Amino acid sequence: MTSLTREDLKTEQPISWCPGCGNFGILRALQTALVDLKIPREKYLVVTGIGCHGKLFNYININGFHGIHGRVLPFATGAKLANHDLIVLGFAGDGDQYDEGLGHFPHAARRNIDVKLFTHDNKVYGLTTGQTSPTSPQGYKSKTSPGGAIPTPINPLMLALASNASFVARGFVGDVTHMKELMKAAIQHKGFALVDILQVCITFNRAQTYQFYRDRVYKLEEENHDATDLQQALKRSRETGDRIPIGIFYQEERPVYRARLPQIKTQPLIKQPIKPTKLKQLLREFT
Amino acid sequence: MTRTNEISLLIGGQAGAGISAAGLLLGKTFLRGGLHVFGTIDYPSLIRGGHNFYLLRAATRPVFAQWDKIDLMIALDERTLERHREELVSDGGVIFDSDEISPDSPNLPPSGVQRYAVPLESIVKELNAPKVVQNTIALGAALGILGYGITQLEEILQETFKAKGDKIVSMNVDAARKGYNYAHEHFASEFCCQLKPRTGKHHQHMLLTGNEAVGLGAIAAGCKFIAAYPMTPASPLFHFLIAQAERFGIVTLQAESEIAAINMTIGAAYAGLRAMTSTSGGGFCLMTEGLSMAGMTETPVVIMLGQRTGPSTGLPTYTAQGDLHFALHAGHGEFPRVVIAPGDIRECFQLTIDAFNLAEEFQTPVILLTDKHLIESHITTQTFDTGLVSIDRGKLLPMERYTGPTPYLRFKLVDDGISPRLVPGTLGATVHADSAEHGEQGFVNDTADNTRQMADKRFRKRSEIQKALSRYDAVKTFGSKDADVTLVGWGSTKGVVLEAVEILQEEGRSLNFLQIIFMAPFPAQLVSKALKGKTTILVESNRTAQLGSLIREQTGHRVAHKILRYDGRPFNPLQLVARIKEVLK
Repeated sequence: MTSLTREDLKTEQPISWCPGCGNFGILRALQTALVDLKIPREKYLVVTGIGCHGKLFNYININGFHGIHGRVLPFATGAKLANHDLIVLGFAGDGDQYDEGLGHFPHAARRNIDVKLFTHDNKVYGLTTGQTSPTSPQGYKSKTSPGGAIPTPINPLMLALASNASFVARGFVGDVTHMKELMKAAIQHKGFALVDILQVCITFNRAQTYQFYRDRVYKLEEENHDATDLQQALKRSRETGDRIPIGIFYQEERPVYRARLPQIKTQPLIKQPIKPTKLKQLLREFT
Repeated sequence: MTRTNEISLLIGGQAGAGISAAGLLLGKTFLRGGLHVFGTIDYPSLIRGGHNFYLLRAATRPVFAQWDKIDLMIALDERTLERHREELVSDGGVIFDSDEISPDSPNLPPSGVQRYAVPLESIVKELNAPKVVQNTIALGAALGILGYGITQLEEILQETFKAKGDKIVSMNVDAARKGYNYAHEHFASEFCCQLKPRTGKHHQHMLLTGNEAVGLGAIAAGCKFIAAYPMTPASPLFHFLIAQAERFGIVTLQAESEIAAINMTIGAAYAGLRAMTSTSGGGFCLMTEGLSMAGMTETPVVIMLGQRTGPSTGLPTYTAQGDLHFALHAGHGEFPRVVIAPGDIRECFQLTIDAFNLAEEFQTPVILLTDKHLIESHITTQTFDTGLVSIDRGKLLPMERYTGPTPYLRFKLVDDGISPRLVPGTLGATVHADSAEHGEQGFVNDTADNTRQMADKRFRKRSEIQKALSRYDAVKTFGSKDADVTLVGWGSTKGVVLEAVEILQEEGRSLNFLQIIFMAPFPAQLVSKALKGKTTILVESNRTAQLGSLIREQTGHRVAHKILRYDGRPFNPLQLVARIKEVLK
């Protein structure tokens, strides 16, 4: 067993999130999940997008790549297929994943690429100073929707379920211990995992506050939810009003993408010899 | 006039009727006879019902482009006659299906042209074969008319259809023989063009497309990953690598978009693989934010950009060289890049290997700039020498364990700007890379000093690449250095320019050809030297003479004349000769 402490996971980078930001809870949940899992830190790769969430890259001392807006999943997909010994953890924001990067989301899910996606879903654009996000509720007022947001919000959990995601969960930054357990379950799940995290932007979103969620969230595991039942999961995913479920909505065992690739059955691509043999044979086919 | 061992041939028919496959079969038949071959498919962007034609040239000397006149035409439908009869030489010939096309058809060519009526449909019925087998019969008839013999075609048919079983093999061999014998029995008079297989050491050649050559180069270079989104004319490279994936341990992934493709490729490269993606102009547009990220994060990736006619959707299945400036300037911000333009099949292979070496040595993106004419045409080339393949991974550190100073600094400021590269998963270190400006360890750093230092570091790499150009043929000169006139070009126009130069030299003109291969960094000194005191004629497949302005920008030299073609069709040698003469008048 490797011992990994929260101290090992810290970096010397000054944290630039607003005091009280929900991101602190996500970072703490991640640190403690990794400590609990006792896996050597070199095995992890964290991939983040652009937004306040993306700064997490600077604050966690595991391999990391801070990419561009919306592209966490394709980058993570390439890295995972290159070296499937890596545990690839994607972190994205709601604007990042459900606006700019939405096109990648169902594909990662249906491929069942073994990448974990944690979305900091605070229902507002934080780093660009408070615009409406794709998960902002209808009527949400911001500088880009002063008259109230016209469209209905994207429901990430329904979208994930409809895209055949094999692990779909929701966490809440106000319950770090619970979120940590969800992260661990996602990491231990074989296949694509979404943990959509109800995050709080204390600066720009005055509607979806800690208190707002505390008044509404309940834990699925406390209400006899059967996470192997897709119909139940879909039903629960539609609860977005007075009661908001957190926990694991759905989980199924399905072969991961790479299991269907004989060329990486035995060892990761990165460990295979690079110089090709049998090239001459191939060239002869053109003579 | 009897011409020996040089022919221009056209096979035309409906889209979906196996025109391209028939052309390739015939091309390989000539290859096996020791001839040089050029073959290209002209097809509209549709799958069924349109008009396709395959242009094939075979000769004892190298050929790189289609000829403007056709010696022998295989017309599998009436439309082929209608569209192409004017292109036939006066003593040429046409093979047509007499079951389908009436001997009184107004589309048949004028007298003088030999009419070879072959009852293709009846023979197909006799063989109890599917309609597509008519192509094989026609090929057999063509070989009979050309006096070539049928041994090579039989051999090729056996190899081609082996996987489909003996029945299909013998059906095709029978069909070829029927066509061949029919020609012998019915067409007594000797056709103007006779083609004979050569004996001796003419068999060290292969026949392949630029896409295939790039694919072979990628395999030779140890490329282990390609993610791409289908786009003509680059898709065949992707298909080729997919077909070889299991055999050579390559992971291939059809991405949901070009944006995904480039990010997947960068992910795989960051994790330590040699990785590439391929696309055409429109897809490359979507890749530009990723390209910029590869520059910033110093991730080595190779992108094959196969140009087609633009702007926008343009002519999806036709050629152009309109993306040179785009490739040079794509992506926001400033970062070093390498842009290389192979001009022939051999260069497609060799420069792809070089591209992977350059990408890793200098930890920056490399663009292989090709075009439809080069990557979708079949051209004979000397068989690649695998002994010359070398793999240089630059400053890549071993993955087992990191033993250097801690923390590991992915972006360490070093004299040549190239920091030792570690990949994630290495014991004893964590690897951080950031698309935001970062300090040496890879974490964000937006101070003025750091920003300047990091930009300088990246551009020190550019200076190093510039120095490294001496290891490569950044330019090539063909013909006498003392010639008065220099033709300048790049990419797929190379072949046709070489043919034009040969013709003009035979006529006693003094000219040579400067091919520019490295577009970035630009070999300014070499180009300056080559053009000094010359009358320069630029030959490009675009509207705005993009290479001309690049030369002006980099060397101050203003090209005297421009020969541009931008109708989607490649130059052909005689037309180019005429335009050069026009310019030099």
